[in-house]
Amino acid sequence: MTAQYLLKDVRILDGEPTDVLVAGGLVAAIGPEAGDAAENAPDDLDVIDATGMVLLPGLVDLHTHLREPGREDAETIASGTRAAAAGGFTAVHAMANTTPTQDTAGVVEQVWRLGAQAGWTDVHPVGAVSVGLAGEHLAELGAMADSAARVRVFSDDGKCVHDPVLMRRALEYVKAFDGVIAQHAQEPRLTEGAQMHEGVVSAEIGLAGWPAVAEEAIIARDVLLAEHVGSRLHVCHLSTAGSVEIVRWAKSRGIDVTAEVTPHHLVLTDEEARGYDPVFKVNPPLRTQADVDAVREGLADGTIDIVATDHAPHTREDKDCEWAAAAFGMTGLETALSVVQQTMVDTGRMTWADVARVLSTNPARIGRVEGHGRPIAVGEPANLVLVDPEQRRVVEPERQATASANSPLRGRELPGRVVATFLRGRATVLDGVPQDDPADPRFAAGRVTP
Amino acid sequence: MRHLLSTTDLDRAAAIRVLDTAAQMAATQGRQIKKLPTLRGRTVVNLFFEDSTRTRISFETAAKRLSADVINFSAKGSSVSKGESLKDTALTLQAMGADAIVIRHQASGAPHTLAHAGWTEAAVVNAGDGMHQHPTQALLDAFTIRRHLTGGPGNPDGVGNDLAGLHVAVVGDVLHSRVARSNVDLLHTLGARVTLVAPPTLLPVGVGPWPAEVSYRLDDVLAQGPDAVMMLRVQRERMSTAGGGFFPSPLEYTRLYGLDARRLATLPDHSIVLHPGPMNRGLEISADAADSPRAVIVEQVANGVAVRMAVLYLLLAGDGDTAGTAPATGAVPALTSASSSGSTPATTAAPTTTAGATA
Repeated sequence: MTAQYLLKDVRILDGEPTDVLVAGGLVAAIGPEAGDAAENAPDDLDVIDATGMVLLPGLVDLHTHLREPGREDAETIASGTRAAAAGGFTAVHAMANTTPTQDTAGVVEQVWRLGAQAGWTDVHPVGAVSVGLAGEHLAELGAMADSAARVRVFSDDGKCVHDPVLMRRALEYVKAFDGVIAQHAQEPRLTEGAQMHEGVVSAEIGLAGWPAVAEEAIIARDVLLAEHVGSRLHVCHLSTAGSVEIVRWAKSRGIDVTAEVTPHHLVLTDEEARGYDPVFKVNPPLRTQADVDAVREGLADGTIDIVATDHAPHTREDKDCEWAAAAFGMTGLETALSVVQQTMVDTGRMTWADVARVLSTNPARIGRVEGHGRPIAVGEPANLVLVDPEQRRVVEPERQATASANSPLRGRELPGRVVATFLRGRATVLDGVPQDDPADPRFAAGRVTP
Repeated sequence: MRHLLSTTDLDRAAAIRVLDTAAQMAATQGRQIKKLPTLRGRTVVNLFFEDSTRTRISFETAAKRLSADVINFSAKGSSVSKGESLKDTALTLQAMGADAIVIRHQASGAPHTLAHAGWTEAAVVNAGDGMHQHPTQALLDAFTIRRHLTGGPGNPDGVGNDLAGLHVAVVGDVLHSRVARSNVDLLHTLGARVTLVAPPTLLPVGVGPWPAEVSYRLDDVLAQGPDAVMMLRVQRERMSTAGGGFFPSPLEYTRLYGLDARRLATLPDHSIVLHPGPMNRGLEISADAADSPRAVIVEQVANGVAVRMAVLYLLLAGDGDTAGTAPATGAVPALTSASSSGSTPATTAAPTTTAGATA
């Protein structure tokens, strides 16, 4: 069933053009041997002219909202992972703020199983830190870790684990199974009713402010807690210059902290709020140009370990309203790689090897995901993404694979296009098109629109 | 001028045009028959998502004095999460043929969304949105200040004047105040110097670029002899922990920022005192100050009707489509005959010169 693919004249990361043979679920051969091996291949060999294209390890998203179970009107595990594949991802972490919450072994196993059935990417459920994300009692972290879903990342994302004692206990407890607490850093009292970044723009347009200090204070507290108990901390969607400074300081002290930035915080600022279009309403909020510059610098110098999408699909009715009534969040799976190319590669700040590090290797390491984020070498699992950096495209949310249209990049032209994505040697995307299997009963049932 | 969403929509010429038109409207309001035929057959909807009896009545009076049909739509409680969405309300009003929608909403930006989301073709007038803007309040304040401080014999309303050289102190809860934001922008556009006076907790982070000075000390600012002192309403719940605990107690607020008889006496003779209402007597303003001859608070209310008449007139009769129709042309002579300054201002207030009004 699975075809073999010969990628001709492809650049592995920043390397010279070569040939790569994908066969048997593995990177079967590289260089002249790939062509030789292909000549002896069976009829189902698919040769792809990859001149000018770049081959990266399949992307790994540490921060995805797939919305299922509970909000299948905004996204399903199938539609969300199909969007992920279209964006070049081979593994995603499904955040815990579903309904019911992913706070038991039963729910995380359900999400894991639906992900496996969909087959677009590997799905690694994130376990809730506290029961119902309520911030009061630890969820059964051990049961989730020991479940078939093998949860390693725990987060109350959407809410901050603001109780310092609960945070301390969570950090300590997950050491037993090499887990990590991914903190949504938002001091709740400082952000009651908050709508956007607190600063010059919020003062002028009259929206309640979300001050940078509400993020930085929690990060500062948490790195000290992590140091005290010797645990692993991951900072979700860091967004301010001050946060970059704190993480840089913590790393210099040897604290085991990692940090992520979203694509939208790399490219958009709070100036977008001036038109009151809620598509720009997100948590943490879009910050200032100085913050954008700081997170780009932090990503380039390694202070920020990864880019994670915080893909947050919302229905039209949750965004087609006045700003204060709208939901927080924006989609990002299908534009993340392009935003990183535009802001980091095309500006000379990063190489493609760096892109592989922040979008694949590091997130796989932080999430303890096996088989992803590996070097592109013979014998490795063929989790790969083929990118054409020379192509440009205009973002049209309605044409994306995600079930929701709340992309903040509507109408913008972005560089780069995912040409093909391979999950263990199987092409989930070819010629930029998700490879739906018409024989799959899920499509016949209309659950996924091919 | 297509909509009036913010005082930043008005440049100096457009602002003066509104004020001059308001002066003509005010002149008609001294007559026994106050009603003008200008907007006969036009429909004005007062869409109020937030209680505000006085602003709604002011707009209703203004529209009725111009002979418009007025529909009051009190949508309090029907916010988006429960009940009808703003979008569906707008589509409904559009289907019913509203020519203008006067909207008061607790969410900053709701009038902007209503005007630009493509849900309605009606002209949108912002009657106060969240902590953002309340442009007709600022216009009526400017009208009142201009009349008192620039008017003279032969030109009692100061028609044609701006507010250059005047110093206005705006005192109180600037952080939560749409009145303050609208006034800072408009007073600056008209050439006045503005000083904001508030405890630091009631000033927004990010106030720096505003075209205004900032002071934490009312007595220091009053010692500079401001020409007008505008007291903002302070909501009592702001002092509770749930409301944010912005100041320790009402008594301390009054001691430091309240306008009382002692402070009133330090002002120059010509200075006036304004308040957008409703007042918290004994909190931000004492009864002595509120009822003193310097206080122009009741007059602000009367001027509010004239200013809102002017805004509705310029928005609805001021576009090319209707300027040539019978009701609109009928209105201009009515204005002219009532105007003390003759026919010229009436015709300048008319449609053709308003085209470039929006920024």
